[in-house]
Order: sequence, then C-alpha cells, then structure tokens
Amino acid sequence: MTAVAEAPIAAPVATDVTFRVRRFLPEVDAEPHWEEYTVPLFPTDRVLTALEKIKGEVDGTLSFRRSCGHGICGSDAMRINGRNRLACKTLVKDLDISKPITVEAIKGLPLEKDLIVDMEPFFEAYRAVMPFLITDGHEPSRERLQSAEDRAKFDDGTKCILCACCTTSCPVYWTDGQYFGPAAIVAANRFIFDSRDSGAEQRLEILNEKEGVWRCRTTFNCTDACPRGIEVTKAIQEVKRALIFRR
Amino acid sequence: MATLTSVGTLYRGGEGMWTWVLHRVTGVAVFFFLLVHVLDTALVRVSPEAYDLVIASYKTPIVNLLEVGLVGAVLYHAFNGLRVVLIDFWSKGPRYQRQMTWAIAAVWLLLMVPGTFFMLKHTVEAMFGSTS
Repeated sequence: MTAVAEAPIAAPVATDVTFRVRRFLPEVDAEPHWEEYTVPLFPTDRVLTALEKIKGEVDGTLSFRRSCGHGICGSDAMRINGRNRLACKTLVKDLDISKPITVEAIKGLPLEKDLIVDMEPFFEAYRAVMPFLITDGHEPSRERLQSAEDRAKFDDGTKCILCACCTTSCPVYWTDGQYFGPAAIVAANRFIFDSRDSGAEQRLEILNEKEGVWRCRTTFNCTDACPRGIEVTKAIQEVKRALIFRR
Repeated sequence: MATLTSVGTLYRGGEGMWTWVLHRVTGVAVFFFLLVHVLDTALVRVSPEAYDLVIASYKTPIVNLLEVGLVGAVLYHAFNGLRVVLIDFWSKGPRYQRQMTWAIAAVWLLLMVPGTFFMLKHTVEAMFGSTS
C-alpha cells in the first residue's frame, strides 16, 4: 500500500460583510443616524464578533453592552435585521450577507447611546411582580420538596435571562410604557405555578390590573424573539387562564 | 461610512403580528361603515324621500367594490377574533396559532371567491352587458 496524500482541507475564507448600525452619540448627535461598516468575517462568526471588530479596528466610539458572549448573561439584546436577537447567538452564516445587516438598539426603552438603552423601566416591571419565593406558615427544618411533575409546570419560565428581547419586541409595550411586558409576566408565571410558593394570589391581582396580562394582544413577537426558546405568549396565556378559571 | 437616514427599521414580526395589524385595520374600517350605516338609516326619521335619495346614491360600481371589501373585512375580523379567543382560552391555543392563521386564511378565501363573484355579477352585467 502506498500512502495517498489526502486532499488538503480548504482553509475557511473570510468574506467582507457590511453592517448598517444605527448610531447615536448624545454628546454630538441630535438624532440617531445610520452608518455602514465593512469587516471581514467567517461564516461561523457571531454578530457580536463583528461589533467588536468594528469597535476595535474601525471606529472606537461604537458602544454596546456585552458580558459573557455565550447567550447566558442577556446583555447584548439588539435588533438584527429587524428582529430582536442576542448578538452573541446570531451567526453570520444564518444571515443574508448580500445586503447590509442592520443592527439597532431594542425598541421601547429610552435610547442612551448607540446600541445601549436604559433598562430601568424593564427591571421596574420585573420587580413589581415580586419575582421571589413567598411562603407562609412555619419555616420547615429541611428543604421544601416538590414532585417532578410540579417542577415541570413552571420549567419554561426558569430559562429566562432577562435580556428584554421579548418585552421590547411587543407592539403594546412600544406604545404603552406602563404595560408590565412579557418578561415580567414570565417571571410572575414562574412563581405563580410553583407549588412551594404561596404568593400566587398577590401576583395574580397585580397582573389583573389595567396594565397587566389583559394588555397582551397575542402577536407572538415575544415568543419568536426569545433567545432561550421560552413560549412567552403561552406563559402569558396561562396567567390569563388562571385569572379566568381560578374561582 | 455613509451617513444615511435616521429612522429605525420596521419590526419584522411574523404571522402573529401581521394578523393583529390587519385585525385593527379591519376593525376600524368596519367601525366607519357602521357609523355611516347608522347615519343613513337614521335618515328615515328625517324623511323617507331623503332616505331613498341617499340609498340610491350607493348604486354605483365603486360602492359595490366597497361592499366586497366590507364583507372581506367583517369575515376576517370575525374569524381572527375566534382565533384570538382560542389562543386565550384553549390551553393548546398558543401552540397552534400558526396553523389557525392558515386555517382562517383558507376559509376566508373559500368564502370570498364565490362571494365576490356573486356580489359583482350584477355590476359587471350592467356595465359590460348581460349574456342572458
């Protein structure tokens, strides 16, 4: 047997990809404006890599939030080609690079700079639904046990990373800043359907208010936007059903 | 680095968002029809002649087309309304919202194709001559 030289594996080729980024520098700009940047990228690169390349090699004034870069911290939610996505979970190969890729800040929260928004109204709604275990009676001397079936009831909601992709994809939230928004309702759902929790009534009353679950118009933008695959609209519907059928 | 226009892009939602937009548009359209309808019917209390005069002014091909649009809007609004009710009340509703969207689109088309034919038949015959 003679050794046959294997065909050389082709090295991946970087292609030039153009990004249209909606920029806003409050010190200089009166209004946000679009700017285009072209950077060489591999198909397996993330949009986050592109933004880091732009910031590091082309224009250092570009601002965006990022922390873990692995879809867990929820810092880099932004609108990529018109849809809310995490920049660290969006790969170049999944986008149409024949046209510029648009990147802009998430909608419905006050724009502070470039891709950074003020998240405070979002977290205010989150805190308002009391996203923590509420118990009554005696403190047990051991852990609070729960069956696998009971645990499964609220499993979807536990995946939330509070990135705000869902809340800022909601047309109701864009026009009505008072609406709790999908993320806060998911957080409430996670405790309402937890068998160890006894604060369900209080949370249901909060969400039965005018700006609670009844503002949901079931557009499913939130379900589509969630980078964790949470069925957000279903979680909101479960709260609606709990309110209708509880008595 | 070209500086372009300052407006943000339109959010690219799926079927859920566009059915909701259409639901609002058809809702407002049907509301304005009802407004006109209540006003013209109320004319009968002014005088039967005034009522007849206004109703006669509707006998034009354009109003006939508007009638087809009205039936389309009412049908869509009704079917999508049922879909929204199912999404909210039926435990499996949110999972089948996409299928329900295509189902209402199919039923709507099935009713609108023959419906449009019969509604426009008289106008077409009056304008281009009847074969019978």
